[in-house]
Order: sequence, then structure tokens, then C-alpha cells
Amino acid sequence: MSAFSAIGEDREIDREEFTPTLEPQATWCPGCGDFGVLKALKQAMPEIGRNPDEVLLVTGIGCSGKLNSYFECYGYHSIHGRSLPIARAAKLANPELEVIAAGGDGDGYGIGGNHFMHTARENHDMTYIVFDNEIFGLTKGQTSPTSPKGHKSKTQPHGSAKDPIRPLSLALTSGASYVARTAAVNPNQAKEILVEAMQHDGFAHIDFLTQCPTWNKDARQYVPYIDVNESDDYDFDPTNKDEAAAMATEAEQSLYEGEVLTGRFYVDSDRLSYSEEKQAIGEMPEEPLAERYFDEDYEWERAHDMFLDRHK
Amino acid sequence: MTDHELMWRIAGGSGDGIASTSQNFAKALMRAGLHVFTHRHYPSRIRGGHTYTEVRADTEPVRSRGDGFNCLLALGDSFARNPKEGAYYGDEEVKPLSENLDELNEGGVIVYDTGLLDADDIPDFEERAEENDWHVYPINLREIAREHGREVMRNTAGVGATAALLGIDLAYFEELMAESMPEDILEPNKEILHYTHDMVKEEFEFTHDLRVPEGSHDEEQVLLSGSDTIAYGAIDEGCRFIAGYPMTPWTEVFTIMSQALPQLGGISEQVEDEIAAAALALGASHAGVKSMSGSSGGGFALMSEPLGLAEMSETPVVLVEAMRAGPSMGLPTKPEQADLEHVLYTSQGDSNRVVLAPGTVAEAYEQSRLAFQLAYGYNIPAILLYDQKIGGELMNVPASHFDREPNPDLGAVTTEEELEDAPHGPGGKFHRYRYDAEDGVSPRAIPGQKGGHFLVTGNEHNPAGHIDEDPTNRVTQVERRASKLDAIREFLDDKSTQTYMGPDEAQYGLITFGSQQGTVAEAVDRLNDAGHSVKGIGVSDMMPYPVEEMTEFLESVDEALVVEMNSSGQFRGLTQKELGRFGDKLSSLLKYNGEPFEPAEIVTGFEASIEGQDVPDQQTTYVPAAGD
Repeated sequence: MSAFSAIGEDREIDREEFTPTLEPQATWCPGCGDFGVLKALKQAMPEIGRNPDEVLLVTGIGCSGKLNSYFECYGYHSIHGRSLPIARAAKLANPELEVIAAGGDGDGYGIGGNHFMHTARENHDMTYIVFDNEIFGLTKGQTSPTSPKGHKSKTQPHGSAKDPIRPLSLALTSGASYVARTAAVNPNQAKEILVEAMQHDGFAHIDFLTQCPTWNKDARQYVPYIDVNESDDYDFDPTNKDEAAAMATEAEQSLYEGEVLTGRFYVDSDRLSYSEEKQAIGEMPEEPLAERYFDEDYEWERAHDMFLDRHK
Repeated sequence: MTDHELMWRIAGGSGDGIASTSQNFAKALMRAGLHVFTHRHYPSRIRGGHTYTEVRADTEPVRSRGDGFNCLLALGDSFARNPKEGAYYGDEEVKPLSENLDELNEGGVIVYDTGLLDADDIPDFEERAEENDWHVYPINLREIAREHGREVMRNTAGVGATAALLGIDLAYFEELMAESMPEDILEPNKEILHYTHDMVKEEFEFTHDLRVPEGSHDEEQVLLSGSDTIAYGAIDEGCRFIAGYPMTPWTEVFTIMSQALPQLGGISEQVEDEIAAAALALGASHAGVKSMSGSSGGGFALMSEPLGLAEMSETPVVLVEAMRAGPSMGLPTKPEQADLEHVLYTSQGDSNRVVLAPGTVAEAYEQSRLAFQLAYGYNIPAILLYDQKIGGELMNVPASHFDREPNPDLGAVTTEEELEDAPHGPGGKFHRYRYDAEDGVSPRAIPGQKGGHFLVTGNEHNPAGHIDEDPTNRVTQVERRASKLDAIREFLDDKSTQTYMGPDEAQYGLITFGSQQGTVAEAVDRLNDAGHSVKGIGVSDMMPYPVEEMTEFLESVDEALVVEMNSSGQFRGLTQKELGRFGDKLSSLLKYNGEPFEPAEIVTGFEASIEGQDVPDQQTTYVPAAGD
């Protein structure tokens, strides 16, 4: 028996397998957009054929971080902003795992902004979901990196003097090979994008618009939305980086003008993932490193045999 | 210490090849059958500035730098020769000669490069030389190098000159040069080596007594630094993942691992910052690979947060912390032992971590292995605390010391077979954090294992890993995690990881931790030779602390002097805190000028402490016992 027999198991996956048997402590408010992410994610899992034992979901801190309490799999609810470095190392250690990282806009674009930029440029084969509700929720309503300029909160009583982060453009220029935006108010599009993102071989970034009915009072802030891949009003090629960048810029500007443009903005299927790049230059084994620790026949090299001669 | 030991110092500018030349010099002496020990001094600068390395060599094992030195090879700082008048490097021209004279012993030998250095620029040079019976050999090394090869080869000319003066067989150097140099530079270097050697023998009348003694080893030796032994310990213990960000002096371990791991099918990652580095190590460990990360003081400060997560989530990981003088950026290239409290207590909440501090280059290998055994055996983070001194100094160690079987054992993990019988909660969820764990250790499942999925969280959690704020659960989990440290203490007590020095019975004690161990050991021997009754202990376990061993040691002596490289006596404080007594027995000898102790400073400090006097030495501080 392999050490990781759950990986690649050939059977029908039921999305209910991803529902915890114990109800998590109520942490998401009624009407929270996070429920939309959860629903879409559960629907996507059977389509990609992955079971809870082969999925590693790494989250940050905040309401979004509680996704692990609602979603059954190997979960790692970590620390504020640090989901990406944990997730990408797990993927390097065992590339056969389905690795998903998730966090909020404060978590992902604020405290974890540095990691976002670097994980995107390295193009790790994983999916990164950012719950973007333009507010700090769990800490009770402070201005976030995606809050519009002028946004007033208890910590920004005069209104924010800062322009918001543009996550799609940032992901694109940093080097993400799949960039999309979807919204919790449309779980069908969300599910499709999640399936694509997980099947994509490289870093897939999804800016997931989630309404916050408690701190951003308008629970329907992302309605009506337009799917730019379906709409006749938009004609661009998501495999062309320049066109994708122009479309992403427009979508990000439009959001603050009340028009919600969603869809896949950029897809680069040709670019090698980070693991593939590392394998190509001889910096990473072909077989999952993690398997080796369970392989009784593996012959472990000693420093003594390989390196001691140079010190004699 | 024997009468005929050599303490050779090579001085020049950073970037002039001082480190590589001294490394070859030390290796040549080791191959000639001597025991060697090096001490490095360098500024935080890429090129230029005053830098030196000392090589101490003897027929007996050498455990420390010496007191001063007795042979100087002053090569000059080639980067000090800035053609523009008054430029930044302008006033540093004679430093490689002038800066080293204060520590040169009586009767010492000086070789200096007249091509770069002018002794006339040093006030009273001739008078001082006469007064101290120094034997001076001015040689235009630069010109020799230019004529027979290239100017940068003046190091080789210098080695040829000192080899002639000290009577070292050139074959050792030739052999080393052939191993490390490409053909086109090997030939001119060999020519320079021989030319200078022969020229010095012919042209100078040798007035000095210093000669390299004859020695031999009974078994094969290797010359390694603490950074080497830490890396090799990790590799032999099955570590195949490292993540880091460069910071002196931790960079050395990181570099060695980064070069070694791809050859072993492992993975090394240089990442955006130290928070990411430690987080990556956690991620790889969680996915089932033995992992490490590390940094020096300032970078380790950033790791505080993932370190706490490792404790709460019981994710095993090894972090190394290479201390340099602080606070903040401190002295980037100089040693200090002032991060002890930082490493023991950083991060929020009560600490459940292992902290080990190796005392010698050789011991760093065992402690590195031990750190992994404890981390993975008990699902707890382990920190290997060392400093710039151990990291960078070279010592000869018998090659057989490293001839151990690899140990890739992943420690407290389940297999899929075991998972079937493991405790599961309602709905079949694996109880990763079960209450009734033996020694507090609840084995983990690795992602991908069938039936093992569970939740890791930095929040307090119940057996299944779910966030849980129930007071009873909280108390149970806190106590279980803390109980692992008791179990580790018992495990370590059986291994006796502390190092004892001197006689079993003695009136006084010397206590130290980390890199000062070898120097204290030499001081203990010298004190006993001088008629004092002294024993010493080098403590390696910082957390959990060896309470029983230290109580026994302190009960057996009248007074004890704690030797450490910081200004606040952090290790003395830890000892008093852990033992809760002996405050009236413990005094401190402290040094925090950026240089490690010399053995004589400890001897002087000890004698002053038992006589109740101030230490006459200007660079060390004595702090008397103050009670509990």
C-alpha cells in the first residue's frame, strides 16, 4: 500500500464528503458572501475528482480563514497573511496534493501582500482564493486594502486617503498564469472558475467578491454583475497578456464606479509551473519528496559519503 | 598549551583572499599532522577594511583561540590604495600591520608586504619591535607576485615566506593548490610559492625561535566549521527541505545546504523574507518532509509568528539561530551570545519549544541531529542556537565522528494502517490532537493519507483540530503540550548532553554555554595547572533546562563563575530562574566587545572573582553574586 493511497483514488466523489459532520461554531453572519465561496468550492470538487484526503486547504486569519471549519479536508488554518508560503512548500514537498490557499483582502493583499507577489511570480501550481469584501470583517469593520478611496471607518474617520489595491493587475504583473474574478452572488460562474483554476497548471488567482452584509451594509453590492467572457460588450483575448491587462484595469476601475465585471481575465497554459521549472534545472526530484519518507527501500544518502572528502 | 604552539595570523583587506588562504594554511598544517583551530575577524564590508584570520596549531588538540598570537603575515589591504586623495579608504593603508601589533606576543615574527605597507608610517614601529623582541621580515610580496604571475597572488608569496620561516614542507601547499586551482593559475602560484620560499631562506638570517612542530594523527581528520557540521547533521538526519533569506552569519548554513540538497534530491528555497522562510519550512514539514529554516537575530525576530504556530499546531520544524552582536543590526559579523532570551521566549503564549546550544564545532553535528530527533519525535519546534564564532571557525575533527547511519525517521506520524485503528471522532474524523497521548505526543497524519484528514490551527483546538474555546479542553491541551517538555527532559537526561571539564571534585566551578565551551575548557586546565581547584560544565540544553545535572554541579562547588558573551548575564539569569536558588553562588564574567574570550581572560577573571577583585582586563566585566 502506498503511503498516500488517497491520492488519485478512482471513485465517484460526493460533494457532501466536504461537509463537516460537526457543525462549526457559528462564525459567518447570515447573508455572508463566504457561504457562496463554500458552496461553489464544494460543487467544484467532484468535477475535478479530488477527495478530502488529497486536498490541502491552507487559510489565513479572519472570517475567510474559518473556511476550514466549514470545509472538510486536510486543513491548515494558519496565521494572518501566511497561507501562501505554507501552501507552496506543501506543494513542493508533495506535488500530487491538490493545494488551495484562501484568505481575505486584508490577509492576502495587506499583511500577506509580499507573499502574494512572490508566489505569483514563482507560478506555483496551486489555487489562491481571496475573499474580497473590501472590509476587515472579523475585527469589526476597518478599512481594508481594497476599500474605495474615501472609505470611512473607525480607524479612518476622515475617509481613506489611499487608492485601493488593484488585485487583478497586481497578480498579472507579478506573473500569475491564471487570473480571474468571480462573485459569491453567482455560485455557478464561481464554480466554473474554481474548476478551471484547480485544473490549471500554475498559479491561479481568484479575486472572489464576497459581500459583507454586516460591515458593508449593502449586501447586494456586487449585483448586477457582468461576465466579460460571455458579454458581447467585451471583446478581448484572455491569452493575450496586453489585452488581459487592459481588461483587468477596466474591471478594477469599473468596480468602484458600481459596475461589476467578472470572468477569467488571463490564462497562460504554456508557462511551466514552478515545480516543473525547478525539476528542469535539477533542483527538485521527479518523485514526491514526501513519499520517500515512507519508502523502506529508499537508500538515504549520507553527508559523510558525499561531502566529507572536500574537508580532508 | 604547549611551548611550541603556533598562532599564525594573516591580515589584509576584505576581498583580498584572507579567508581562503588561511583555510588552506590550516588544512596544510592539519595534513602535516597538527591539530588546528581558526578564529575569524572581519568587518561588515565587501571589499577593504581590516580583516584577519588566526590559525592556532599544536601537537595537542586545540580547543580555542589562543592568547594573542606569535606570527603575523601582514599582506596589506589592496583596496585601501585609492588613487583619489582623501577618498574613503585613504587612511587605512597600514592597518593590516598596525592594527595587529597590540596583540602580537613577545618574541613574535612579523612578515609584511613592503609593496603595500610602509612600516615608517607606524609611529615607534622600530622601538616597539625592539622592546618586544619582534623579528621583522620585510618582503616585497606584491612585486614577486607581479613578476611571476599576477598581483593577486601575493597571498601565495606570503605563504611561501612564512613556510620558509616556520619550516613547513611546501608539498602540503602545492597539493592543496592543485586540488583547488585551475591549471592556468596553478603554475604561476606554484612558481611564486617556491620562489619566495627559496628567496627568504637565502636572503634572510633567521633570528626567531618559532618553528612548526612535528605532529601526527592516529586517524584521518577533516577540517570543518560549525556551519558545515550543522548542515551535515541535518542531512544525515534526513532533512531534505530548507527555506531561508540571507543574513550573516546564518547564510553559511543556508549556502551549504542549498548547494548540497539538490544533489540529494532535496529542495532549497530562497524566499522573500524570514516569515515566509519559516512558514515554508512548516508547510513542507506538514506535508511529510523533514525541514529546516533559520536566520540570525533580526531575521529570527520575524520568525516569531510561524514559530508560535509550530508550537500550537505541533508541526515539527528545526530553526537555526546564528547569533551576532545586537540589538537590531548590531555588529553584523561579530559574535555575541545575547539572543538567548529572544530565542527562549519570543512569540506569544507559553513556550513549548526545544532550544539546544552546541558547545563546539564537533558537537554542533550531534546537536543538529538531536534537534531533528526531538522536533520530529515530539512534534515540536526545535531551535539550534549558535553564534558567528562556532559558525565560522574551523577545527579538525576525526572523520569517523561523522560516520553515522542516516536517520530519515519521520518521528511521530501515523501510517495508513495505523490510521485505521487510530482514534476517530463522530463522523470518522481522525483525532490528531487526542487527549490521552503518551508523553504528550499525539502522532500526526500526513496529507494524502487515507482517512487521516484533520484540521491544523493556530487557535486552541479540540482533539479533531476544530477551533474550541471550551475551558476544560483548553486546560487539557495546554497541559498535554507542556508535558512533552518533561518527556524530552527525561530523554535528554539519559543522553547527558552537557560537557564536563576538569576533575570530578573541585572547589570552584566554571559554567558556560555555546561557543565559549572550548575556551573555558582550556581555562579550567590552566587553572588546575596553576594550583586552583576548578571544574567546568558546558551546558547544551537551554530548553528544557538540565535542572538535575546543574543542581548537582552547583551543590558540589563553593562558588561558580558563569562565562558568557553578553552584557546582561542572560545564561546566569536562566540558570537562577530554572533552579530557583544558587543566586549567592553565581557570579558572571561577561564580554561583549565583538570578540570571543581568550583563555587567559577567563583565567584572570576567575582569579579576580575568587579574590573579590575587579577584573583588570579592560574588555571583560565581572559581576559578583547578588543572591536570589
